[in-house]
Amino acid sequence: MNPMVAAVGQKNDFSGVNRIGNTRENARRSYRTMLESRILEEKLATLYRSGKIVGGVFLGRGQEALSVALGVHLRKGDIYAPLIRDQAGRLAFGDTILDTLRTYLGSSLGSMRGRDGNIHRGRPSEGYHAMISHLGAMVSTVCGSLMAKRFRGETGVVGATCIGEGGTSTGSFHEGINLAAVEKLPLVVVVANNQFAYSTPNNRQFACDDLMIRAEGYGIKGRRAEGNDLLDCLAVIGEAVGEARAGGGPQLVVADLLRLVGHGEHDDASYIPAALKESPLGRDCLELARTALLENGWISDEENAQWLSSIENEVDETSTKVLREPAPDPAEEDWNAFSVVGRSDSDEEET
Amino acid sequence: MSSITYLEAIRLAQRRALEEDPRVFIYGQDVGGFGGAFKATKNLAKEFPGRVLDAPISEDAMVGLAIGAAIEGMRPIVEMQFADFSTCGFNQIVNQAATLFYRTGTSCPLVIRLPSGGTPGGGPFHSQSMEALYAHYPGLVVMTPATVEDVYTMLLEAVALDDPVIFCEHKFLYYHLKADKLPEEALPFGKARIARPGRDVTVVAYSAMLHEALAAAEELSSDGYDIEVVDLRCVRPIDTDTILASVARTGRLLVLSEAWPWGGVAAEVIARVATEGFGLLDAPPQRLNARETPVPYHPALWGTHRPTASSVANSLRQLLEL
Repeated sequence: MNPMVAAVGQKNDFSGVNRIGNTRENARRSYRTMLESRILEEKLATLYRSGKIVGGVFLGRGQEALSVALGVHLRKGDIYAPLIRDQAGRLAFGDTILDTLRTYLGSSLGSMRGRDGNIHRGRPSEGYHAMISHLGAMVSTVCGSLMAKRFRGETGVVGATCIGEGGTSTGSFHEGINLAAVEKLPLVVVVANNQFAYSTPNNRQFACDDLMIRAEGYGIKGRRAEGNDLLDCLAVIGEAVGEARAGGGPQLVVADLLRLVGHGEHDDASYIPAALKESPLGRDCLELARTALLENGWISDEENAQWLSSIENEVDETSTKVLREPAPDPAEEDWNAFSVVGRSDSDEEET
Repeated sequence: MSSITYLEAIRLAQRRALEEDPRVFIYGQDVGGFGGAFKATKNLAKEFPGRVLDAPISEDAMVGLAIGAAIEGMRPIVEMQFADFSTCGFNQIVNQAATLFYRTGTSCPLVIRLPSGGTPGGGPFHSQSMEALYAHYPGLVVMTPATVEDVYTMLLEAVALDDPVIFCEHKFLYYHLKADKLPEEALPFGKARIARPGRDVTVVAYSAMLHEALAAAEELSSDGYDIEVVDLRCVRPIDTDTILASVARTGRLLVLSEAWPWGGVAAEVIARVATEGFGLLDAPPQRLNARETPVPYHPALWGTHRPTASSVANSLRQLLEL
């Protein structure tokens, strides 16, 4: 091992650190949100296969533990820019089953009103940024929102975003993290290293031993989490969020895991070797979380069954309701990309 | 009274914006204590501590930061060191800033200042005119001020606007264009201006080309021709009404642009006049653009690459004979 990797490994040995994220309530809430995410995503896949959803469906199966662990550690007033596989984190941050279905089905009542779909949803004015498809781009927008809060003298806030290992190869990712480090912003970046960027394996994506060593290069703190272990994700991300909130500057968290679905529902992921799926990396984080909570006595089988059936009902009912909602009407659409320019109530005309 | 340059007007507009609106901050390479590569932010970091910030050489992240701050209600002004480098931030500008309001209903009030256009010795990467690229994208306002007065009032207008503004200020005008005082009032947003009234030909120009057009019009006046010059001021939105009204008076149209012709502002003006005002034309509409090569370094090449008063005058004489 080269000296830098060794040094970074040593710096990030948390064996003696108090793991503030690892509480019963956080774990229960996280697990319930993971269940919601899984059941909702299964519904999305069904709707896609039956032709009700156009475009694509991009699921986070296998990545819910890591995703939710970030969402539950954020508060109102924080900034969150989730990415493609963050249904669980989104629900934990305050997104809803209803708005997810509305956005996927293009309902005119959804927050994106049929103008954008699937994972490209958010409510920026509430600190919930709506991702664009260009990877890495959201890192610096989160930085900007944090700068605004700094200008206004707001303290104790955190901005967080997620990305895959593939997205770490972009210039935007580098520029955004470097800028955050220069400004010492309370930014948390969680990298889900799911081993394949669409079909491209890690050995065609980067050549360093471990993505976490990049933290050292940026002059920020790096941590490693077990990507399919909910309690570990909660603990490690809890520390990262806590340190950022306390003024410790940007934090990088890298977690290895495997996505248990294709890139999108159109993709059978045949490029993922069977041996990898059968390895510890391929274990389902939802099953592992359930076992851990049962073993700790934090849920019972009865409560788990209750949660399952209540979530299934909610997802089914919401889906039925949204399927009846109006599609956007091209004749009623406001075909103006400007906020004030060209509006009749202003003198700013777009001809 | 001492005269105020185009560049000083940009500095004073930013100073006034910082003074009057606590939401304004300036972000860009070397804009802090150094005062900017062209000194457009000279002394502002000192006068407004913590609000005029040096950025790393990261155009993508600079624009991304401005977008995130605008979402949170700030009014960022980003200085690109040269318009040419804005291509490194292009993704954030066209995919994030331009789409934000339509997608999410959240406004994106930011200004990106692009020191634009050619100067002697600028060469391929410090001379570009980017207005057509940005004007192509719905959601972006693109301003191209040609006078000291306009650069001042339009920059303030850009900061006040709730939509993202690409502010193309011309480097060739920075030092030699001067005014005695700065105006308190301006034309309404998006309105073109009749810079010189005439009856024989309409020349539509903007930015530095306005001054080549005015010089050519002066030259032709000694031959007895009366050339009308329209200064677009803003290329998106574009003031088609003023252009059509002018063509209705003259029947002839020449459009000038320092940018390349393909898909550019001149092409757009001609398309609009041809489709909405074909019957007003007594001759085929003409355009004069830069030559279709990268912008050359040597002044002898550069001076021929861009339209000049003399090439404009030649084009006008040809158009008058059509």
